[in-house]
Amino acid sequence: MDPLFQLLLRMGDNTLVLGHRVSEWCGHAPVLEEDIALANTALDLIGQTQMWLGLAGEMENKGRSADDIAFLRDIWDFRNLLLLELPNGDFGQTLMRQFLFDAWHSIQLGHLINSSDPRVAAIAEKAAKEVAYHVERSADTVVGLGDGTDESHARMQAALDYLWPYVGEMFQSDAADLALVKQGIAPNPASLRGDFDALTRRVLAQATLTIPQDNYAQKGGKTGARHTEHLGHILCQMQWLQRAYPGETW
Amino acid sequence: MNPSLDQIWQWLETVPDPEIPVISVVDLGIVREVEWQGDTLEIAVTPTYSGCPATTVISADIELALRRNGIKNIAINQQLAPPWTTDWLSDTGRKKLQKYGIAPPQSSGAPQNCPQCQSADLEKISQFGSTPCKALWRCKTCLEPFDYFKCH
Repeated sequence: MDPLFQLLLRMGDNTLVLGHRVSEWCGHAPVLEEDIALANTALDLIGQTQMWLGLAGEMENKGRSADDIAFLRDIWDFRNLLLLELPNGDFGQTLMRQFLFDAWHSIQLGHLINSSDPRVAAIAEKAAKEVAYHVERSADTVVGLGDGTDESHARMQAALDYLWPYVGEMFQSDAADLALVKQGIAPNPASLRGDFDALTRRVLAQATLTIPQDNYAQKGGKTGARHTEHLGHILCQMQWLQRAYPGETW
Repeated sequence: MNPSLDQIWQWLETVPDPEIPVISVVDLGIVREVEWQGDTLEIAVTPTYSGCPATTVISADIELALRRNGIKNIAINQQLAPPWTTDWLSDTGRKKLQKYGIAPPQSSGAPQNCPQCQSADLEKISQFGSTPCKALWRCKTCLEPFDYFKCH
């Protein structure tokens, strides 16, 4: 697979799958303001998906639209991080996942703004402005809940312990990544770890949470080698209409 | 004979933003370029937020307004770079927002005055509001909540 196409799928599938997960909260959040914030975040992520997968379809030149790529692929063709397909859990777990992703996402986009490919740089610049708001809010919420009541602290620590093994995948590099580095299109994922650790350590310390010692990493999402069983259930929800009524529009 | 570009801009100034109808798409700063290519009118429009559902409605509204004025061939292109910023909001647009009850964006990242009572004693309720472009604030003097068009 062309390395640039691979990058576009990885970026677009990350935002698509997380956007879908976050949208599951619509109408269910603990307070109205949080409900609106979650819906806004999901909307931004789906908007970014349209740009990434739209460009993927354009450069593939087989006439596939962003919708075709989102709705008509099966599990093994998805390239999102495993972290993002995990079920939401409670509100705290959802916001912890959001923070861990936002931290990586904001750093990754900061590099992609300087991509040698002007189309990638333009999307990154647009998305980075939105993600700056996401990371501000998710970091604030993680601090508020982590350094909150005994109950909220315990839940946030449990969320961090549960999600931490899914963090390492963000920084794994493969042949496609190295080809993109060579062409100046994208940074080496491994090189983002320092900035990520600095940001997450600062916020999680403020949240009075302890980062797990074990850095064992679950992997298989960004390569497509092995997704969790949860992705199939998401696609069932997300794709049933396009599968049941091919070509349907409204 | 093609209508002049000045005329086209005047027509565009009558196209309201679908979510905040007191300001036009020109006030909002999202119409980036208008030019004739032969007898086709080419318009570059930039999205405010990438997922903003108003984007497709805005393009349709622009096309409708121009067709109503007799223009037949219209090509609306989405232009991503440079990304839209609230710096492009016109002065007229900022005044109209304030009058409508939405505090206009400030480079400090926080609204200057309550659009209801003009007090500067304000607090943020949420960074996210009823549309992607707005945050929710409250005035501590008159106690009214209000929308703030956030800096972007």
